Amino acid sequence: MTYKLGIDVGSTTLKAVLLNEQDEIIYKSYERHKSRVREMSVEKIEELKPLLLGHKIAIAITGSAGLGVASGAQLPFVQEVFATAQAVKKYYPTTDVVVELGGEDAKIIFLKGALEERMNSTCAGGTGAFIDQMASLLDVDLETMDQLSLQYTTLYPIASRCGVFAKSDVQPLINQGVEKSNLAASIFQAVVDQSIAGLAQGRNIEGNVLFLGGPLHFLKGLQKRFKETLHLNEDEANFPALAPYFVALGSAVYADNETVLYTYEELLHKMKTMAQQKVKNDGLPPLFASEQDYQEFVQRHANAHVDRKDIHKYQGKAWLGIDSGSTTTKLVLIDEEDNILYESYANNQGNPVDVIQKELLQIYDLMEDRITISHAAVTGYGEELMKHAFHLDIGVVETMAHYQAAKHFNPNVDFIIDIGGQDMKCFRIKDNSIDDILLNEACSSGCGSFIETFAKSMGYEIKEFARMGLHGKHPVDLGTRCTVFMNSSVKQAQKNGASMEDISAGLCISVVKNALYKVIRAKSAEEIGKEIVVQGGTFLNDTVLRSFELELGRHVIRPGIAHLMGAYGAALLAKQKHANTSSILDKTALENFTHTSQASNCGLCTNHCNLTINTFADGTRHIAGNKCERPIIGRANKEKLPNLYDFKYEELLKCKGISGVRGKIGIPLVLNMYDNLPFWHSFFTNLGFEVVLSDRSSKALYAKGQHTISSDTICYPAKLVHGHIQSLIDKGIDTIFYPCMSYNVDEQMSDNHFNCPVVAYYPEVIEGNMDLEGITFLYPYVYLEDRHTFETKIFEYFRSQDMDITYKEITAAASHAYVAYEEFKQKIQQEGARALAFAKTHHRKTIVLAGRPYHVDPQINHGIHRLLSNLGFVVVSEDSIPKQSQRPSIHVLNQWTFHARMYNAAQFVTTQNDMELIQLVSFGCGIDAITADEVKDILRRHNKLYTQIKIDEVDNLGAVKIRCRSLLAAMEEREG
Amino acid sequence: MNRVEFTKEMKKTHKILVPMMLPIHFQFLQNIFRQNGYQIELLQTKGQQIIDEGLKNVHNDTCYPALLVIGQMIDALKSGNYDTDHIALAITQTGGGCRASNYIHLLRKALKQAGFGHVPVISVNFSKLEKNSGFKLTGSMLLRLLYGFLYGDMLMWIKNQCKPYERHAGASDALVQKWINNISEQFNSLSFLKLHHNYKIMLEDFAAIKRENTPKIQVGIVGEIYMKYAPLGNNELEDFLIKEGCEPVVSGVLDFGLYCLENTLIDHEYYNRSRKSYRFVAMASRYIQHLQMKAIKAIRQQGVFREPDTFQEVMESSEGIINRGTKMGEGWLLTSEMVALIKSNVSNIVCCQPFGCLPNHIVAKGMTRKIKNIYPNANIVAVDYDPSATRVNQENRLKLMLSNARLTARFAQAEEEKRAAAKQQAYAYETR
Repeated sequence: MTYKLGIDVGSTTLKAVLLNEQDEIIYKSYERHKSRVREMSVEKIEELKPLLLGHKIAIAITGSAGLGVASGAQLPFVQEVFATAQAVKKYYPTTDVVVELGGEDAKIIFLKGALEERMNSTCAGGTGAFIDQMASLLDVDLETMDQLSLQYTTLYPIASRCGVFAKSDVQPLINQGVEKSNLAASIFQAVVDQSIAGLAQGRNIEGNVLFLGGPLHFLKGLQKRFKETLHLNEDEANFPALAPYFVALGSAVYADNETVLYTYEELLHKMKTMAQQKVKNDGLPPLFASEQDYQEFVQRHANAHVDRKDIHKYQGKAWLGIDSGSTTTKLVLIDEEDNILYESYANNQGNPVDVIQKELLQIYDLMEDRITISHAAVTGYGEELMKHAFHLDIGVVETMAHYQAAKHFNPNVDFIIDIGGQDMKCFRIKDNSIDDILLNEACSSGCGSFIETFAKSMGYEIKEFARMGLHGKHPVDLGTRCTVFMNSSVKQAQKNGASMEDISAGLCISVVKNALYKVIRAKSAEEIGKEIVVQGGTFLNDTVLRSFELELGRHVIRPGIAHLMGAYGAALLAKQKHANTSSILDKTALENFTHTSQASNCGLCTNHCNLTINTFADGTRHIAGNKCERPIIGRANKEKLPNLYDFKYEELLKCKGISGVRGKIGIPLVLNMYDNLPFWHSFFTNLGFEVVLSDRSSKALYAKGQHTISSDTICYPAKLVHGHIQSLIDKGIDTIFYPCMSYNVDEQMSDNHFNCPVVAYYPEVIEGNMDLEGITFLYPYVYLEDRHTFETKIFEYFRSQDMDITYKEITAAASHAYVAYEEFKQKIQQEGARALAFAKTHHRKTIVLAGRPYHVDPQINHGIHRLLSNLGFVVVSEDSIPKQSQRPSIHVLNQWTFHARMYNAAQFVTTQNDMELIQLVSFGCGIDAITADEVKDILRRHNKLYTQIKIDEVDNLGAVKIRCRSLLAAMEEREG
Repeated sequence: MNRVEFTKEMKKTHKILVPMMLPIHFQFLQNIFRQNGYQIELLQTKGQQIIDEGLKNVHNDTCYPALLVIGQMIDALKSGNYDTDHIALAITQTGGGCRASNYIHLLRKALKQAGFGHVPVISVNFSKLEKNSGFKLTGSMLLRLLYGFLYGDMLMWIKNQCKPYERHAGASDALVQKWINNISEQFNSLSFLKLHHNYKIMLEDFAAIKRENTPKIQVGIVGEIYMKYAPLGNNELEDFLIKEGCEPVVSGVLDFGLYCLENTLIDHEYYNRSRKSYRFVAMASRYIQHLQMKAIKAIRQQGVFREPDTFQEVMESSEGIINRGTKMGEGWLLTSEMVALIKSNVSNIVCCQPFGCLPNHIVAKGMTRKIKNIYPNANIVAVDYDPSATRVNQENRLKLMLSNARLTARFAQAEEEKRAAAKQQAYAYETR
């Protein structure tokens, strides 16, 4: 008889379970390994000595970091999902589905019917790690977060795709002052949605469900969200006490099949051999070749500093700058000579308003009667809220504030990069104005807080962790994609036994490479600039700074106040106003200042924005979360500027059905339908069908089809299709028409006229993944460019579907349809011409918002077009731009119809004053990886600005707003 | 954009670098070009620096194969091993609705950025997309290339049936190399045309390799063409599977060629396009399929190895699952290959896809559910490859798939034994 030992070496923890002869658990453990994978494996065996001595032992090792241990020690390895399944079958045989959330993995095992095991794909972020990150964002520990979540009242939609995305949803909510209890519950809900969307992929999670893994074991709030979302009762939802050890248990069960048995001594010997193995060092070169190098580096950067003046002694005027950032709030008070009198850098702790109140009171105390604030400026994410709350004088765009501050250190600065906790901003300066702005897309926002969270999860303080990196001998190479990938790269490094020093250095290098190659997309140091200023809290980390200089191959200026630059710049801008009074709340008002926030839903239009209403002591209110002015002024904007996006959407919705002899036919308003709908509407109406459109896109509609999405990395517009089809089914429509189209129409602007593969063939995915029982799903392959072929083929298709429609009827309907489509396109062109004429006569600036037809869907564009209207722009679309006589020269094959329109629009913009282009890009759109460079190139050749906005399901316009405002500022500055 | 042409003079002065994709086939290609007066070299470099160059010089959201291939080329130019004033690069160009049609343009852009704007890039295409006066695929070369690919498919197919079982490590690879040399020699004359004769000796040679008898778990590899075949792309997947004790099943690349031809026919049928080339393409397709049959027949005649599916069988296997109009990227062929594998009892499948590959959203991930509904025991794992996806992550996925495969195999064996025992019992009962 033998003992069975299972060891699960995960990404952050090491778990062990020992079974005796009767398969009873006689030992179990769950510990964080802090990357000391090899050492701890040895220690574990030694610890078990009293239990193991004198027994024959069967062993199996599992887990993401277990592979290296197992192969090093030449012991059996079992894949972790497989191990879990073994234990479930043995101990919980009635289970239908297993849901397991680990430190970084999410898994689902379907046991009923055909066995199916799924792991999260490389893109869908970790779960345990994600919750950890969120907790630190809310500045609470996991336990508190859990408790809070049980008291929620409202759930906010948070992107469920990956941790990074969710983060950018949560941040603005925090800044808007949403209750932490609601946030905590919403975060758990996001985890639930992610598991369903990312893993279930069409299979229902029902029956007896066993929930495993640390997070699901420890977090009651998460358990609750799962139970409620999946509609499970107490009997069906199973949360075993063994959950955290389950995988180790599974591998112990698996070990039972092993024929090779070991004694304690043999086992210890094998583990020790493994721990002593030389680790292959293919790391990066160290950051400093010598101590001398390091000293030179330290001294050089000590030069860039601002003088401090004693606030206790100063007498006179002062200027205040506040940078209300996403995770931190920064305040700076300066004197006549731009010296700093007071500075503070505080974590928002989920409530930035309180932080500022406290800091201001402190400043008032210090100022006594000697100092008066002449003007106060605020910048950053919380700009509007803080300006309202504290009656600050001016709000300034972040980019301007940072430029102002950078100029103080180097008047000739031509490139600024700011890496903060959550975001990364880079701007190029040309002729004293901001020439180009680059923000990190939601995907690569690894940034500073990633290093911090990572340090914490490894059990280190960030400062200590950062220092360790400076002396890494062989920094590990961790790649440059999003944080989730870095996590798995770290796993790999751990597996290879890399030291903490090397991991720290590797992470910092990785953040730097991310900035350089993903955000800036630098080809060479020259291209970036000569006079570079780096700033943001992350650059206070010397390891990051050094990596940046090394990667770039040149020295940069890192001001000593790198973390305060936004606030310092704001203060400088306040000072430049030359005003003598400030409207800022006085001391008494500040002492009596209170602030409450309340969630609400705007009902003034179909967008139903989630609003947060902040009420202050003096009874004034501030509304956040809105996309337009209506909830604030109670009605639509008085002066309605032409906006092609609204116009097109309304035109399409005019395609109403007329009841006909042939009954109803459903058409989903998705993807290319935003272009082709008038054609099909006319075609089917003339054939005697009543055309029924799917409901307007919304989060609720998206959720309807979410569980049938087969690829979690496809673009959001495609994912929405599932919801639209479901909405048609829910309406009782039994015939749905959604054609496949390899080719689009030929508008004579390109060398070929393809659709992108997703647009072309998405009906195939719908047919293959949605439950269409009882529905006649018509998805013929059609070609509109060749009318005769279209008529013949659709005739044959209808006949093959037993639809009795004559060829004559088809040709008649088609002739109407072609006309209707042409008219629709003309209408857009006419409205476009009207808009441009309006802009000219009213001296308005114009933005060509260049995307795809489906970007007019408000759920896809998140109201960016309205935001532009509110900034005073006339907004036109890419397809409203007349065909230019000269086709722009591009470097790639111009072969997609929709994309050719963008090149055409860009070409047009280059010939116009007071007009710039913003390109909308859907996250995951592979084709835009190609078009974006080309559109940019066309614009840059003619000295136009290029702005790209990446959109996803994340409904957060904070960053977008900054960009649009910066763009406006840049346009104004160029005018001089 | 002005491109640098590969001129007649350059044929004499320039060395052409070709990125490796199919380790067997491309050696034929190299030898054929050399025999025709080109200086050509296959790029077989590996390492992180290739990915780094790719990341630096290509838009990071571009498909991974483009990033790798371009990274590999620029890395080679920077390596100092070549005189960059006498170097040309060759890359294939397809011309479909997929992003892949743009690889060549991305390469040129990248070259310009990296300071190699003077290096000529040769487009290898059959769609008359670009021409170079110094580079011409003559009829004699085309014929040899076709045969090179026929032999390549055969060698790859048989090698994968031998290597996992060989008793002397390296025996199969050595034999493959011997035959690459042998056939390449034959390209100097016309004896390469004797397909049947060559196949027969080749098969005998491989059958003579000493092999284990215990059957191994078969794992099919499908995917985006570069990821499917190129060891640089899929982290040497074939070898990994062999090391894990499996037998990789990899279908020939000519099926992809036939798929391309078939698409022209479908374009004609569906959209009334490609009127001019229709007849010629139909004929070419029939001819290639006829040649493919010779391999199948030879294998059948010998009776030692498993034969591949005919292209018709592959094509028909996705009927009712995906429409043949889905023609971008690997299109319907990928779905077909998965089903064909399952039908021939290879239900464990690795689908290699570059992260964010657009057609694969449709034809791979998009079809998995439907395939599983029809074939519940299909054990398909989609593996994403991208610049940062680590080997650990990929191998973990593969291992899960393999664990399941082994479990199923064990069950099947247990069932088999049970049935045999029951039979025995019944027999004993009857004879009593």
